[in-house]
Amino acid sequence: MSEPSDLAKLIFGRLTWEAIPFHEPILLWTFVVVALVGGVVVGAVTKYKLWGYLWREWFTSIDHKKIGIMYIVLGLVMLLRGFTDAIMMRLQQAMAFGDNVGYLPPEHYDQIFTAHGVIMIFFVAMPLVTGFMNYVVPLQIGARDVAFPFLNNFSFWMTTSGAVLVMMSLFMGEFAKTGWLAYPPLSGIAYSPGVGVDYYIWSLQIAGIGTLLSGINLIATIVKMRAPGMTMMKMPIFTWTSLCTNVLIVAAFPVLTAVLALLALDRYTGTNFFTNDLGGNAMMYVNLIWIWGHPEVYILILPVFGIFSEVVSTFSSKRLFGYASMVYATVVITILSYLVWLHHFFTMGSGASVNSFFGITTMIISIPTGAKIFNWLFTMYHGRIRFDVPMLWTVGFMITFVIGGMTGVLLAVPPADFVLHNSLFLIAHFHNVIIGGVVFGLMAGINYWFPKAFGFRLDPVWGKRSFWFWLIGFWVAFTPLYVLGLMGVTRRVSHFQDSSLQIWFQIAAFGAVLIAIGIVCMLIQFYVSIRDRHALRDESGDPWGGRTLEWSTSSPPPAYNFAFTPIVHDNDAWHDMKQRGYERPLQGFKPIHMPKNTAAGIVLAGLSSVCGFALIWHMWLLVGLSFAAVLVAAIVHTFNYKRDFHIPADEVVRTEETRTQQLAAVHV
Amino acid sequence: MSQPAHDHSHDHHDDAHGSMQGYVIGFVLSVILTAIPFWLVMEKVISSSAMTVFVVLSIAAVQIVVHMIFFLHMNSKSEGGWTMLALIFTVVLLVIMLAGSLWVMNHLNTNMMPMSAHDMSNMP
Amino acid sequence: MSDATAFVSTDAAGNPIFHDASGDHHPENGTLLGFWLYLMSDCLIFASLFAVYGVLGHSYAAGPTGADLFDLKLVAVNTSMLLLSSITYGFAMIAMQKRRVAPVQFWLAITGLFGMAFVGLELYEFHHLIHEGAGPQRSAFLSSFFALVGTHGLHVTFGIVWLVTLMAQVGKFGLTAENQRRLMCLSMFWHFLDVIWIGVFTFVYLMGVLP
Repeated sequence: MSEPSDLAKLIFGRLTWEAIPFHEPILLWTFVVVALVGGVVVGAVTKYKLWGYLWREWFTSIDHKKIGIMYIVLGLVMLLRGFTDAIMMRLQQAMAFGDNVGYLPPEHYDQIFTAHGVIMIFFVAMPLVTGFMNYVVPLQIGARDVAFPFLNNFSFWMTTSGAVLVMMSLFMGEFAKTGWLAYPPLSGIAYSPGVGVDYYIWSLQIAGIGTLLSGINLIATIVKMRAPGMTMMKMPIFTWTSLCTNVLIVAAFPVLTAVLALLALDRYTGTNFFTNDLGGNAMMYVNLIWIWGHPEVYILILPVFGIFSEVVSTFSSKRLFGYASMVYATVVITILSYLVWLHHFFTMGSGASVNSFFGITTMIISIPTGAKIFNWLFTMYHGRIRFDVPMLWTVGFMITFVIGGMTGVLLAVPPADFVLHNSLFLIAHFHNVIIGGVVFGLMAGINYWFPKAFGFRLDPVWGKRSFWFWLIGFWVAFTPLYVLGLMGVTRRVSHFQDSSLQIWFQIAAFGAVLIAIGIVCMLIQFYVSIRDRHALRDESGDPWGGRTLEWSTSSPPPAYNFAFTPIVHDNDAWHDMKQRGYERPLQGFKPIHMPKNTAAGIVLAGLSSVCGFALIWHMWLLVGLSFAAVLVAAIVHTFNYKRDFHIPADEVVRTEETRTQQLAAVHV
Repeated sequence: MSQPAHDHSHDHHDDAHGSMQGYVIGFVLSVILTAIPFWLVMEKVISSSAMTVFVVLSIAAVQIVVHMIFFLHMNSKSEGGWTMLALIFTVVLLVIMLAGSLWVMNHLNTNMMPMSAHDMSNMP
Repeated sequence: MSDATAFVSTDAAGNPIFHDASGDHHPENGTLLGFWLYLMSDCLIFASLFAVYGVLGHSYAAGPTGADLFDLKLVAVNTSMLLLSSITYGFAMIAMQKRRVAPVQFWLAITGLFGMAFVGLELYEFHHLIHEGAGPQRSAFLSSFFALVGTHGLHVTFGIVWLVTLMAQVGKFGLTAENQRRLMCLSMFWHFLDVIWIGVFTFVYLMGVLP
């Protein structure tokens, strides 16, 4: 091939036809399938003339409820991608023994485990968690929207832009082969000269901006926009955990931004932060990224603790046991999560004083977590428990998570960690807490709040099937990894010689298949529920006998959430209102001041992803143009001062009248 | 960044703008607090480096507080105390990060194999 | 805290009221708090860079040290530019309090000029260092130096772009409540960069030249 001309280089950078993986049959077929599915979706949207509707009602919407739903849809779509990666790994490891090299070449396998980790953390767990916080928090605190509605929309599209870049790496070039945290020197330009690490850096930087802004937004919302009477110690526990989560986000993500920027400088400008020579120190990267990374773990688990707290108290028909201790435990975890980061690299070589300090802090942080578990158990004790689907996930969580937590405490002992570091035992441990904690919690949350968001319940039969397949599948998939880890098998290996290990990997692969069935059951559950939505309809807005303010609205809630701002007297504000014979106001409605939709968020995020793409491929002309475009678009947006409107009183009256009729139908 | 509720055009944060007197006091103090460390270092006033570092760092800490009070108008009441709380939390994290990183990174090689004969001779 | 006590929560008979029928409740504006939170997060970006400088700041790789490179007179001039820009921004805020557009614009312009002088001097210093062969690629010390000081400079540059934008907006729309809020945000941003600079000149420059 001849060298491309200077002009072509300026425009296309390193992008050539060879970057498109025609020669990889797996990727080619994936592309064909994705293109077909994408074509069908685009075709259907066009055929039913939905583009205008989607654009007006969803893409440009600054309604926190719609943005929350879009986050959750993004998370579920990416879950399918991330899980595909998982099952591919399980399949490869189940067959690649001795002479059989499996079906994935090492460089492909390496991309898969990197993509699996990155996608599951940044583009599945984060969007789902952020989606729930977005949807539920303003409703729980009696607010009409978040503090900065436009920023909320922008944050969502930045997260989506990051996800889009990761997905593009599948068909244009490659993804990082470095593991999900891209440690240098492996991720440096010397050992990873391709575009993979650059995809990693820019997708996380772009998504990170979105995450940071949504964190600021939700803190300001919770601090400033609570209904009158809702003091800090009367906030619902999910709002509390959301507050702490967002504090962690605002305080941790800057570190990730900084450390990835330094890695990018090393790669793009030849600086020596994390290189092997000229004084660089790769361990500084590891140190910094875990200062972000450990709080990140709690960013994922804290809101889920909140979900479980809501679910346990609702389905036990009891006030949450130990509300104050729950709040204090959350706050203590928030602070302690900044004091444990070194347990991720005990084996770095530091001395006994450092390792024992961080070992002890790690063991201490399990205490507030344990307190929470006891609080949930005591809430159930003497409660009238209803084992609906959300409650099943919660009970499944309590058993699974406690075991995962205990293997974590085991790993917190530095000498034990020297044996188990980077082994499959570690993999089993963190999947045990992330699946058993975060994923189970998100599933509980989906089943719990779905009727609020759409006005009908999810089908319980398929929900239970999904739960049992997930729960059993999880244990079948990961118990073998504990065993293998104790035998000393390390992570990220695509081929084994010792055939005595094979049976364990085959059991694990079978477990992954069970989880796959669980996911399929979930998809069927969605389908069946939409099909039977009339039978599953909930007109009351309060299908579970809820206790917090979101259940006082209609399902789905009106755009303005509350026609009148509620006044709060108790922790369980809605339960209190029901107990004391609250009567819904039927007149005196006033116009409601609301923010206007705007396309600025999607435009800015779109331009940012173009800029990221250009940076990845060294298309310097496009980098300059798109960066200038981002700047200009942002400035132009600030010249728009008319960002709100009033919902006229008669429209409020009409909406509330519909609600009155709905409620009357329920009570007949 | 507008807000779904009515804008309070009469937001009661008049004291948050600061006064002429406050700005001037802050400016004079910060000029002095900048000049001293530059003078100390440029003229090598104190013979001991460690002592100079200590004095310079202390003056910097004082100057940061001066800026916080006179230019950023920090007090425990603005925004219901939330700005102060956020600041304290940030400072705690900052200390953890700086002190922690330095500690951890200085300990980097404690358990590593000795790399030279000299290291070897220092082994216990 | 939100106005928890400002609301009548029971009626005359002592029964609880569960909603605000008057429509008087409006949540407070969160912009200033939100912007402060952003500054705190920005502060942690700088903290990371300071930590990197703290760890790598003596990794000279047999190259030049701070004592070889830093020109404290230049840094002193640079620091005074930033300090002066702080007080002039303060004057703009005081003029804003008095709702006088012309002095606000005047002081903002002066602030911008000082800011540009600061960035200009910093660029001159960088150019000089790179010209001497002490560019960011030379050693980990220089990499972390350029990253820390450069990030601060980028922030100041961004602040100047914002300042110009705000001057246009104040000129076009006057000192509306929204514009006042924006001026206050920029004020916090500007003074915050000042605080960071105290850390930079102390930690990097002054301590860098000490033996």
